[in-house]
Order: sequence, then structure tokens, then C-alpha cells
Amino acid sequence: MEFFLQLLINGLSIGLLYGLSALGFVMIFKASSVLNFAHGQLLAMGAFFFLVLVSWLKIPIVVAFLITLAGSFVLGFAVERIFLRPLIGESLIFVIMLTVGLASMFKGLLLFFFGGNLQTYPDFLPAGLALQIGTIYVPPVYVASSLLGGVFLLLFGLFFKYSPQGIFMRSVADNQTAAMSLGVHVKKVFALSWAIAALVAGMSGIVLGIINGINVHEISSIGLKVFPVVILGGLDSIGGAIIGGIIIGLLETFTSGYISPSLRDVIPYIVLVVILLIKPYGLFGLVEIERV
Amino acid sequence: MEERPEDTLLQLNNISVVYSDVIQVLKGVSLKVPRGRIVSLLGSNGAGKTTTLKAISGLLKPENGKVTDGEIVYDGSRVQNLSPEEITRLGITQVLEGRQPFKYLTIEENLKVGTATRWLKPWKKDLELVYDYFPPLTKRKKTLAGYCSGGEMQMLVMGRALMAHPKLLLLDEPSLGLAPLVVREIFRIIRRINEEQGTTIVLVEQNANMALQIAHYGYVMENGKIVMEGEAATLRENPDVKEFYLGVSAGGLARSYKDVKSYKRRKRWL
Repeated sequence: MEFFLQLLINGLSIGLLYGLSALGFVMIFKASSVLNFAHGQLLAMGAFFFLVLVSWLKIPIVVAFLITLAGSFVLGFAVERIFLRPLIGESLIFVIMLTVGLASMFKGLLLFFFGGNLQTYPDFLPAGLALQIGTIYVPPVYVASSLLGGVFLLLFGLFFKYSPQGIFMRSVADNQTAAMSLGVHVKKVFALSWAIAALVAGMSGIVLGIINGINVHEISSIGLKVFPVVILGGLDSIGGAIIGGIIIGLLETFTSGYISPSLRDVIPYIVLVVILLIKPYGLFGLVEIERV
Repeated sequence: MEERPEDTLLQLNNISVVYSDVIQVLKGVSLKVPRGRIVSLLGSNGAGKTTTLKAISGLLKPENGKVTDGEIVYDGSRVQNLSPEEITRLGITQVLEGRQPFKYLTIEENLKVGTATRWLKPWKKDLELVYDYFPPLTKRKKTLAGYCSGGEMQMLVMGRALMAHPKLLLLDEPSLGLAPLVVREIFRIIRRINEEQGTTIVLVEQNANMALQIAHYGYVMENGKIVMEGEAATLRENPDVKEFYLGVSAGGLARSYKDVKSYKRRKRWL
């Protein structure tokens, strides 16, 4: 039972992180129908940026964290501006291929500068952050990741639901032409969705880096996990991304706990295939409102 | 009506529109929209009415269309081929054909998107104004727009456009697919908006009968050209308009294809 609870808590905190990371992916997809294959590399960029700030430049953790978030935001913005905007109006497959290219480019850059070895952050999380519930011990990093995940999901939820920009973003996702006819700045919405996606990806990258260490290949492949997550949750559902993330996180930890750690990374893709077979729109994919 | 030269808000001078660099849809369209008036644009399917509206509102661009010739002058400045973001900020808002609400947003959120051109300014007052014009929306504030009836959707998209404080409102077939009573209600509201808000309106319609009742002036389009224009009252009485758009032949009977003369007459102005 304790073992079960332990796994449950680990799974939940990892899952929240996956959900958060998938949220960025879903946002881009919702706003512009682009599948971003460079998502994992955005995670890695965030993780390495933080590494540079913390290990090389010795900047205080909180400041470094905030700078990384800001930097990721700017990176997302720049990527949209430089690479994607010229392709607006072109066929979607070009844009998707472009993201594949971006993925290779980022990966190449990171390998060039940091090499392929495993790097780690200095141990900075205070031990006091750890939780001891009865006999269950929750390591600080899981507490931190759950807190961050929870807070950011709440923030983004409120942002989408109530802020004008959030509502405009949803309107573009809903009907681009109508949004345009009302003067919504569609290009700005695209840029903002890339920026926010890069921001949450960067943050997830940092936390994953704390948990698993930082390695270009490793983090990029974790980025690929957004696919099972969003397919499970429904490609266009933000809530679904979060729940999908939690389910995949739980599945992973339970598999590695009860069956075998080596199966951990396979399970999400098995789920992906099964879901595609039986429920291709995912658990929470939009039920098309047909009312003409 | 007093006899003063009317102040022109919008003027199209001989504009041509080409899609994808090869398909010419408008071939030299000229029209004038006086400030504070309702101008109706009539014509059959494919005549170029919607394209004309899109040329004005800048929505041609995303469809790979372009004004290649002529000029569009709005409030003294040339606006052809500007982006929709710029044009909406000048005070032109188009209500698209076929009721396109944001289906997954609530009524109130839909209306909120209407403030995109001035989203930092207060908007509660406008919300009340819209609810005052369109009372059925009040009850459904929190409903997803996708679940509203056709009439409510039409009211919603018009209300959404009103939130932008347009000086010039472009309405594309507001009566499309609505029950006759709802159509009458919608047209009554259009007239009220024009009278009370002073909004200039360009009204594209298939329902020539209704359109000419509330419009001050009308244009008839065929094959990408303006083929006839005049005061609404004059157009209503014009035998050709009566026959081709109001569906009444000179003798008050529905026209028949046997009537070769009418076919020739139609041909003459194409």
C-alpha cells in the first residue's frame, strides 16, 4: 500500500509536468493547427539555458528560473517571427516539416555547445521541501514539480478563461476568419501561443532536468511524449492535455514500479496506439458542435 | 430629405479584384456610401457582392485575393489592400455570411472578442447596449454559442460587431436561412442601429424585398459589375428589379422562361 501511494504521488507530479508541457503543444495546435515537432527541443533549450545560468554564471536560483522563463518566452516569440510567419498561408505540411527541421537545428546546436553527455544541476532544492507523510517520503523535486505544475496550470486556466488576450486566442482557435473580421491580431495570437508554449516547455525542461539530469537526447525524447499525452487527452483540449499528462505519468511510474523500469518509456506509446485505434479523438477531443 | 450634398464615407472607384493572381472576380466596381445611410448591394449568387465587402474589410488577403486596380477611399484615405487588423481599427467591421459565431465560446465571450480593436478600454456599457438591441441574448449569456438557434446566432454576430463601435458596418446576408418573422426582426434592428447609433451600413442581400425596404440607396451587381443603381424607392419600382430580384413580372405574375423578351432584356445589361 505504501509503495502504491509512493508511486501514485510520484506519478502525479511527473504527470502534472507532462500535462504542463503538453499544454504548450496543444496551444500551438489550437491556434494555428501546427503540430510542433520541435517541442522536445524547446524543453531541452529551457533546461540548458537554466544550466548555463546556474552552473556557469552562478546566478541565484530564483533569478535564474525567472530569466529562463523570460528567455524561453522570447525564444518562442522569435521562432514564430523568424521561421513560421513567412509560411502563413502556405500548406500546413510545409509548416510541420519546418518544425521537424527546427527540431534538428536546435538539437544540433545544443550538441555542438554542450555535447551529448549527461549533465546535472547543482543540488539546490532545500531538503525542507521534502514531504514526509507517514511512511511515505516525497523528494523535494517532486514537491517542487507538483507545486510549479499546479500553479502554472491554474494561472493558464485563468488566463484563457478570463483575460482578453486569452479569449482572443480561443477565438482564433475557434474561427480564424471571424476573429480577423473583428480585428483580432491573428499573427500576434500565433506569436503569443508560441511564446507561451516555449515558456511552459522551458519550465518543464528545467524540472525534468532536475529529476533525470540533462542530456540532449534524453530531454528531446521526453518532449516526444507530448504525442501520447495529447492524443490521449484529445489534440485540441487543454484540459485533456493535463489529464492525459497525469494518466501517462501514472502509467509510467506504475509500470516501472510493478512491472519493470525498462518498460517505462514504452508504455506511453502502447497507449498511443491503443487510443488511436479505439478513440482517435482522444478522451476529451472537442465534440464537434454541429448546428448550422 | 434636405437638399445638401451628402458626405461620402466610403467610395469604391473602379476596383478590380483578382484571386490567386488569375481569377478575376470584380471588374471595375464603383460605388458610393454616404455617411449615416444604409446602402444595399443586391445580386444573384456569384455576382461578387461578398467579394466587394471583403475588398473593403481587408478579408481578401487571407484568401489570396487582391484589389489590383482602382481605389477604395474611406473617410478620406485610401484603404485598399490594408490588413484586416488595420481596417477594423479604422472603424470598418464586417459581419460574415452564414453566421460564424465562436462556437466554443459563450455568448458573452463572443461579444468580448468584438472589443479586440480597443480591448484596453471599458466595455461594460457596450455590453448593455448590445443586450438592449438583442434581448434574446440576455438570457443566454453563459451558453456556448454553438448551441444557440440560428436567429440568436445572427443576433450574436451582429452584436459582436457592434461591440467594436463600427462607423461602417458591412452586413453579409443577415437573412440567410432564417424564418420570415426572425428576418423581419433582424431588419428592424438593423434600421434601429442605423438611426440610433448613426452607423453607416452596407447591406448585402438576396432578399431584395426586405433590403430595399430599409435601405436608402441600392446597387445591383451581376458578374462582377454594377449594373444598376438608384434610390431604394426607385429600385423597388423598377420593372427589371421587380422581375429579376423581387420575382414579380410586370403583370404581377411570376415570370416564366417562355418570356424570351425578359431574357433578352436581362442579357442586355450583363
